[in-house]
Amino acid sequence: MKITTSEQLDQVTHNCTECFKNKLDGSDGKRAVVLCGGTGCLSSNSDAITAKFRELTEQYGIADQVTINQVGCFGFCSQGPFVKIFPEDTLYRLVKVEDVEEIVKTDLVEHNIVERLLYVDPSSNEKVQKQDDINFYKKQKRIALHGCGLINAEDINEAMGYGAFKGIQKALTMTPKEVIDEVLASGLRGRGGAGFPTGRKWSFAYANEADQKYVVCNGDEGDPGAFMDRSILEGNPFAVIEGMMIAGYAIGASEGYFYVRAEYPIAVNRLQKAIDQMTEIGMLGDNILGTDFSFRANIRLGAGAFVCGEETALLNSIEGKRGMPRPRPPFPAVKGLWGKPTVVNNVETLACVPYILREGAADFASTGTERSKGTKVFALGGKVNNVGLVEVPMGTTLRELIYDIGGGIPGNKKFKAIQTGGPSGGCLTEEYLDEPIDFDNLVAKGSMMGSGGAIVMDEDNCMVNIAKFYMEFICDESCGKCSPCRIGTKRMLEILTKITDGKGTMEDLDELEELSEAVKSNSLCALGQTASNPIVSTITHFKDEYIAHIVEKRCPAGICKNLMRYEIVKDNCFGCGLCKRQCPVDAISVTDYTAPGKKKPALKIDADKCIKCGMCMASCKFKAIVKK
Amino acid sequence: MSLINIKIEGIPYQVESGLTILEAARQCGYDIPSLCTFNHGQCSQGSCRVCLVEATGARGLVASCVYPVAEGMEIRISSPKAVKARRTSVELILSNHNKNCQQCAKNGNCELLHVAKLTGARENVFTGEKTPTTYDEVTPSIIRDTSKCILCGRCVARCQEAHGNGILGFENRGFSTIVAPAGNRSFADSPCLLCGQCVSVCPTGALMEKSEITKIDEAMAAGKHVIVQTAPAVRASLGEEFGMKVGTPVTGKMVAALKRLGFDKVYDTNFGADLTIMEEANELLARIKNGGTLPMITSCSPGWVNYAEYYYGDCVDHLSSCKSPHEMEGAILKSYYAEKNGIDPKDIFVVSIMPCTAKKYEKERPALTTNGLKDVDVVLTTRELGNLIKRSGINFAKLPDEEFDQDLVGTYTGAGVIFGVTGGVMEAALRTAYFALEGKEYGPVNFTEVRGFDGVKEATFVLAGKELKIAVAHGMKNAKPIMDDIRAGKSPYTFIEIMCCPGGCINGGGQSYVRPTLLPNEDLDILDTYMAKRAAALYSEDERQTFRQSHNNPQIQQLYAEYLGEPNSHKAHELLHTTYVSDRVRFK
Amino acid sequence: MQRLSEAAVKQINEICDRHANDKTPLMMILSDIQKEYGYVPVDVQEIVSAKTGISVAEIYGVVTFYSFFSLKPKGKYIIGCCLGTACYVKGAQQIIDKFSDELGIAPGETTEDGMFTIDALRCIGACGIAPAVTINGTVYPKMEVSQVPTVIAEYRSKEA
Ligand SMILES: Cc1cc2nc3c(=O)[nH]c(=O)nc-3n(C[C@H](O)[C@H](O)[C@H](O)COP(=O)(O)O)c2cc1C
Ligand code: SF4
Ligand code: SF4
Ligand code: SF4
Ligand code: SF4
Ligand code: SF4
Ligand code: SF4
Ligand code: SF4
Ligand code: SF4
Ligand code: FES
Ligand code: FES
Ligand code: FES
Repeated sequence: MKITTSEQLDQVTHNCTECFKNKLDGSDGKRAVVLCGGTGCLSSNSDAITAKFRELTEQYGIADQVTINQVGCFGFCSQGPFVKIFPEDTLYRLVKVEDVEEIVKTDLVEHNIVERLLYVDPSSNEKVQKQDDINFYKKQKRIALHGCGLINAEDINEAMGYGAFKGIQKALTMTPKEVIDEVLASGLRGRGGAGFPTGRKWSFAYANEADQKYVVCNGDEGDPGAFMDRSILEGNPFAVIEGMMIAGYAIGASEGYFYVRAEYPIAVNRLQKAIDQMTEIGMLGDNILGTDFSFRANIRLGAGAFVCGEETALLNSIEGKRGMPRPRPPFPAVKGLWGKPTVVNNVETLACVPYILREGAADFASTGTERSKGTKVFALGGKVNNVGLVEVPMGTTLRELIYDIGGGIPGNKKFKAIQTGGPSGGCLTEEYLDEPIDFDNLVAKGSMMGSGGAIVMDEDNCMVNIAKFYMEFICDESCGKCSPCRIGTKRMLEILTKITDGKGTMEDLDELEELSEAVKSNSLCALGQTASNPIVSTITHFKDEYIAHIVEKRCPAGICKNLMRYEIVKDNCFGCGLCKRQCPVDAISVTDYTAPGKKKPALKIDADKCIKCGMCMASCKFKAIVKK
Repeated sequence: MSLINIKIEGIPYQVESGLTILEAARQCGYDIPSLCTFNHGQCSQGSCRVCLVEATGARGLVASCVYPVAEGMEIRISSPKAVKARRTSVELILSNHNKNCQQCAKNGNCELLHVAKLTGARENVFTGEKTPTTYDEVTPSIIRDTSKCILCGRCVARCQEAHGNGILGFENRGFSTIVAPAGNRSFADSPCLLCGQCVSVCPTGALMEKSEITKIDEAMAAGKHVIVQTAPAVRASLGEEFGMKVGTPVTGKMVAALKRLGFDKVYDTNFGADLTIMEEANELLARIKNGGTLPMITSCSPGWVNYAEYYYGDCVDHLSSCKSPHEMEGAILKSYYAEKNGIDPKDIFVVSIMPCTAKKYEKERPALTTNGLKDVDVVLTTRELGNLIKRSGINFAKLPDEEFDQDLVGTYTGAGVIFGVTGGVMEAALRTAYFALEGKEYGPVNFTEVRGFDGVKEATFVLAGKELKIAVAHGMKNAKPIMDDIRAGKSPYTFIEIMCCPGGCINGGGQSYVRPTLLPNEDLDILDTYMAKRAAALYSEDERQTFRQSHNNPQIQQLYAEYLGEPNSHKAHELLHTTYVSDRVRFK
Repeated sequence: MQRLSEAAVKQINEICDRHANDKTPLMMILSDIQKEYGYVPVDVQEIVSAKTGISVAEIYGVVTFYSFFSLKPKGKYIIGCCLGTACYVKGAQQIIDKFSDELGIAPGETTEDGMFTIDALRCIGACGIAPAVTINGTVYPKMEVSQVPTVIAEYRSKEA
């Protein structure tokens, strides 16, 4: 059935909302099993778990009393796969196929909770039954992730039961100018990295007359360690399409392109299904809701090039070319896709737009800080207990993020730094933990928001090695167009390699700083312009680590292989000879020293022969071998 | 275009809006070091980052070749920050460059060396691994040496603009990026036309013609009878090698120089051009009369012949079977001339000075031989001739004007001279065809309809009551639609002139480099005007000739009378005509 | 160079036709060919060039720019080891090193029997379960070095 008027949409929305509500609160007389179908959980068998639920509810004869629904990522992926039971809102985590029978029997049939599958708070050691009571979720606020982990992303009716299309419906009652003003008033800034005010960007494209304009959604998500765009596309693609439509209406575009990484097959699949379903009911196509507004959405796949996240490279890629950035100006809002005015917005940015139209700019702007409004989704990863996606109000502090939400550092290790902004960002140390996170404050402190990757590092991470890791990434991903980035990043990587190999000199450090400056100021696009940020920030905060590598030829964290030594602590060695047998290069030999209380003479490692494979250390039962 | 106010180093100027900073600065009398841009200062790439300046309204430094000026903009070219940034960009490029300037043939015309000097780039401040390189010297025409390539992309753009189906492209990514024919194959294994257009825009030694100067030394040392002939376009450009203004005609000085270089004879390829017209015009008339394959297309541009064989192998019978002028002249030198002078053809060594790199390849074509001997032994480009003259210590500017040798094949007409520019072959053929059909000379002499630089020129002439529809195209991009029509059997033309290089041979890939940054005494718009200036040099030489139609060349008449008989006679065919390959493999 | 079979030429032409209505179809054509054949060699590029009018140089440039397109055939099983930041700080380097050791090939290479290719990936968006490995699309969460031989054996036994 086609929806051709606003009234019809109201009617359908009303029905769907009732239906969805009834499903969750049990008024339909059924229990609801909601499973995570995000990438993380799918890889841990959540499909098989879903199938098992279907099979067993059938077997236990309760199939007609239970609805089973797979939804998008819950965010807390490290604890997945998740199963939620409504209306009680019980959350089971780390569920295995073997656990399903117990859940069906104990919970669905007997109405008791399976205690052993509940989340245990690591600090208090108490079991928590409901999602909202878990610390990980407590400080979160869901705007961009609206509906994610709640609705079935492949079912337009569930989306409409949870707010979909109210934003575009509202927008179509306003003039394009009014829509832009509303977005301006909300204070929304681009979530793709640069934080450019979205309303401003739209108003530029709006002002440029043209026979054809485009909206492009940037779903390239290149920051290695960030996956919020993936989760949004997998969890609620409808919201992103709706955001794109609103942008299209505002600037006068009738066509949109989603550029999604090919590494995200599930996201692409669900996005395509959403487009198809919307087209089928007339929410995409000609004369939407009986207005003059027509809109079509297409998907284009990336092909494995980080630089294609840069907006002009992305446009070249859609145009079937090498993804090399174009000089700006002209900006895409003037001359974008196929030379037409184009707005490029990030997935998360567009996901916020329906909320702003639906709930009003003031509501959105009530969250956040002075110059950064709303929320931001972070992909919290690395050395932190609770790994996953979190959406928090702008202005949340790093400490809240890492300790309250993230549950602190595992294994009682010492926090060293948190890297935000990915390969373009920087690391922030202990002293910045109480800084509120927003666009400008992070930049002021020497890092940046970027797309929201937040990687926690502890004392076991070597910061020189991390700087090298990022530089390797950048070097691999530089498009090669402009000389400072193409050659300069290579030179920087060579110096970092030298340092981590123990061959660095203090002059190298000066050269590194000179190159950092030059690549930053001379490069054509932001990839090169920000490429040296990880180096600059690690030199600023961890110069002592660099000096240890250069002067003392020592890697304090014990990561840099070439600076590492395996040694046998002679007083701990029983002389059992196990290690000697493991050593592939015969680097271990017997000494003439026998430790007090031991029967056989201790062994020693010839550092010149040793290839640092670590086999001996792994084989020693007495922990007599240490890595230095 | 409205005028806007800008300041450079605090001094106010008025410039047109819409210009880039580099263009505006040049108009105001500044030249910012630049490398990847190749015009007045507008670049689609902005990739070398050598032209960085500070400008208000922009964050940080901007590339002046891509950044537009704006009202009230204040530009700093010489701020310490900008000066340092430009220097570092060059130093980084040099750190991935095979800096053997002394061995490098581009030295003297090298824009990288030029900007290195301008920016004060220090030697070896940055060092490290270099991108793996390729050295391709398989074809007789062009050497590609990626160790010298700075990835400016000019060659890619030129090949694409000239020929549509570009041979060169960027490959790989990041530090591994190179510019190459697809698959980093040799030019020999790709459908490259060997026209050398890419060479003429390359700022460095990454693309160069393959020099043959030493072969001449060897021939002279071996006591051969070494004859040199010069193509018409060379005289319009050679002066530039010696700092003369673009388009200065230097025919007399060129001849004087060649005589001082020890050649036994100095002839003009124009004689060969006249001979070509005789054969070609008569071939056309015969095809019209006998219902032969039409339209007939000229075949004197080897770049074009390559294109035809690679892309339109099924249409090669449309090509005139005539050899190109210097090959005809070579064939006559090794037959008629040899007989007349009693020299064994084996001892004759023919050197052609050409505006062209494709001719270096052409002379190696198996079909271009007479009695097992190559018609032409060595082809030098205009630039190589310049080097040869310099090597010999000749002060070109001070030379007197001298005359070509006049015996046997020494006279030529204005029709031969204009062969060097697009439309010239057509015009020369029309002058002779008119005479053949109408029985009298065309009164105004010039067929101005076929002059100028439009990509495709068309005209209809009524000759002896019959309509003759003709077309002239240059640059393969412009030839393509014409060829598609022929293939589809719907071409409206009878006769077509096609030249490979945009503008024809005056802009051949072997001509002097036109490098605005290295030509401070030329006008700012030299890149728009150099072709017209060189063409003018040829048209004015045409005007000065006593004979302006090929059939009026007395030695040509004598050649037919004494040796060849009629145009298109059996003997003429043996010596002056060739065949084409219809199934040439495009990619190996 | 070995010439392509008629059937392959036909199929490539069909793929091109599939995208004929698109303004700039090159990326999609190449993706489809990569998916269909596992690689996009130069002679295939030549057919695409003839069909679309895009020069081979440009197509080759596009193919070598994007890491998803491959000029050489890949293994039957493509082991994608994520080396994104989240995975890296959790020891992904050791995982990929182990795969390399076990299979005797470097990342980017294919085993001689054509069974396995190791690819270094940059974040597959499964950072929550780092370090992540994918084999022909199946994601292996929270990989450990000790699991590597088992996983390889699993695929080997599938073939045996
Ligand atoms: C190297 C590089 C990579 C980028 N990658 C992404 C990306 O993966 N996703 C994204 O949305 N923006 C990315 N950006 C930022 C985009 O260029 C652009 O600013 C953004 O898509 C605009 O959308 P927004 O205003 O909604 O943030 C990247 C920028 C650079 C320089
Ligand atoms: S800065 Fe790097 S990625 Fe950006 S255009 Fe230059 S080479 Fe390409
Ligand atoms: S680390 Fe490896 S090479 Fe070195 S001593 Fe131990 S087993 Fe031998
Ligand atoms: S395995 Fe441990 S205890 Fe045994 S010989 Fe080696 S170091 Fe000593
Ligand atoms: S290209 Fe220029 S800089 Fe390079 S070696 Fe040749 S002359 Fe020197
Ligand atoms: S310029 Fe200096 S270095 Fe070069 S050749 Fe002359 S004296 Fe020697
Ligand atoms: S020689 Fe001519 S056809 Fe060949 S690459 Fe250069 S410009 Fe293109
Ligand atoms: S070969 Fe020459 S023109 Fe072509 S990119 Fe390299 S330096 Fe530039
Ligand atoms: S147009 Fe002239 S210079 Fe160019 S390839 Fe043809 S003959 Fe050579
Ligand atoms: S994928 Fe299941 S919680 Fe993220
Ligand atoms: S000349 Fe401006 S960037 Fe190269
Ligand atoms: S970093 Fe490995 S999946 Fe994201």
